[in-house]
Amino acid sequence: MIILEGLSKSFNGVKVLDNLNIEFGDKQITVVIGRSGGGKSVMLKHIIGLMKPDSGKVLIGGIDINALKKKELNEIRKKFGMVFQDGALLDSLTVFENTAFPLRRHLKLSEKEIKDRVFSVLEDVGLKGQDKKMPSEISGGMRKRVGVARALILNPEIMLFDEPTTGLDPVMSDVINNLIISMHNKFKFTGIIISHDISGAFKTGDIIAMLYDGRIIESGAPEEFRNSANPVVKQFITGSMEGPILI
Amino acid sequence: MSNWKSHNSGFMNNIILVPFEKTGKFALYTVDELGSIAIYMWESLISIPEYFINFENLIDQIIFIGMDSFYVVGLTGLFTGMVLSLQAYYAAKIVGVTYMIGPTVALSMVRELGPVLTALMITARCGSSMASEIGTMKVTEQIDALEVMAVDPYYFLSVPRILAAMAMLPVMAVLCSLIGIIGGYVVYVYFLGLNHVTYIEKIYQYIKLSDIYNGLLKSVFFGAILAVISTFKGFQTTGGAKGVGRFTTQAVVLSSVYILFADYLLTSILF
Repeated sequence: MIILEGLSKSFNGVKVLDNLNIEFGDKQITVVIGRSGGGKSVMLKHIIGLMKPDSGKVLIGGIDINALKKKELNEIRKKFGMVFQDGALLDSLTVFENTAFPLRRHLKLSEKEIKDRVFSVLEDVGLKGQDKKMPSEISGGMRKRVGVARALILNPEIMLFDEPTTGLDPVMSDVINNLIISMHNKFKFTGIIISHDISGAFKTGDIIAMLYDGRIIESGAPEEFRNSANPVVKQFITGSMEGPILI
Repeated sequence: MSNWKSHNSGFMNNIILVPFEKTGKFALYTVDELGSIAIYMWESLISIPEYFINFENLIDQIIFIGMDSFYVVGLTGLFTGMVLSLQAYYAAKIVGVTYMIGPTVALSMVRELGPVLTALMITARCGSSMASEIGTMKVTEQIDALEVMAVDPYYFLSVPRILAAMAMLPVMAVLCSLIGIIGGYVVYVYFLGLNHVTYIEKIYQYIKLSDIYNGLLKSVFFGAILAVISTFKGFQTTGGAKGVGRFTTQAVVLSSVYILFADYLLTSILF
């Protein structure tokens, strides 16, 4: 269970997270939606310990990760996989080496075992035969899929997705959403997706939450969320200019 | 009248206060920057016993800083030695001590120019590359990706570069000095038509082993300075492609200034 408790964070006096509270259920996919620049990525970076809050706690399995030393935090991080918005692939390594990177760093496997695991996960994400290419030689959608493969290679308990469909065409967005669902069915991870892709959120999420003004203002199962009476949620779902959301 | 007075006193205040304000800001910035560099160095150093040395990356960096820099360092040494020999000739001829040209070239190269010019050339070639490579990784979230994969970026990126620079700078400085002395010899013997035995004999007579050791020690410090500052600036990078350019420039300028400052300090302590 991941719990964010009273999380607050400001940048140059601007409050991005303001006493944020949310619980992410085990083995569920929770999609956090919200406006661009609304603090979704900041929230995600707190969950993995890339940022420290001004106040509040990030509890992973009951442990406050901000109280941990670097080495202890790295042990917790081995439970995580994260897919970055633009893939964040190491651009000096091939697709194969990027995917194999966590294996080489954390497990003592033979070259054959590494190859088997890498080829298997690349096949899972639909990138069979692309292993020798460099990140600069593949499309944005493929880079995201390599990111998914790299994140999944250590069979993590928790997967974080930072806007997995941003910048992709609708067809490729659907490919990525289906990939997340199929990988979730196969690996049974706890998933946290941050996105402003409404249709993707309803498709992939077991729970949908909305972050607005630094807090979670609504959270629930997709149908429940769709029927929310909250005018901010209604406006965001319909994508209307009219409503309480200030532009 | 009162308006003129208030305007005038504001103007006087500006003239008096602005330089103090700017000096204060600069002092605070420098202290802050030096403190951050010290913390960064400490964090890099403590990651060595924690994870051991990343030999694969270390060897890559040794090749990059050492072997790949051979031509640029060699050419710098060659022309510097040749110019030194020529300049020393014009001065030595006046007082009739042309036999001292060899020791002048050799001592200048070994004690001073070899280590400093090597460090400045490697800062330009490798320091800029370190800062821009790490800076690009920072702005494209590759550093975050390393951290998420539980890989300490200091251990993975900084430590091999710092160790390789500290190991290779003395080697390259020796090469630079040696090629410089050979360049000086070429000018002395072939262009100026002077006696080659005198050039070599006088070098043996005047150069001490401590000159070479101290020159090497300087190079170790210069290697640490250029690699620490360049990687530090890489990790500080923000602001996309423009930011990478800005922080790379800062890395080269700061490294060069600190190398020259350290050169003065070390020379006054060692020689």
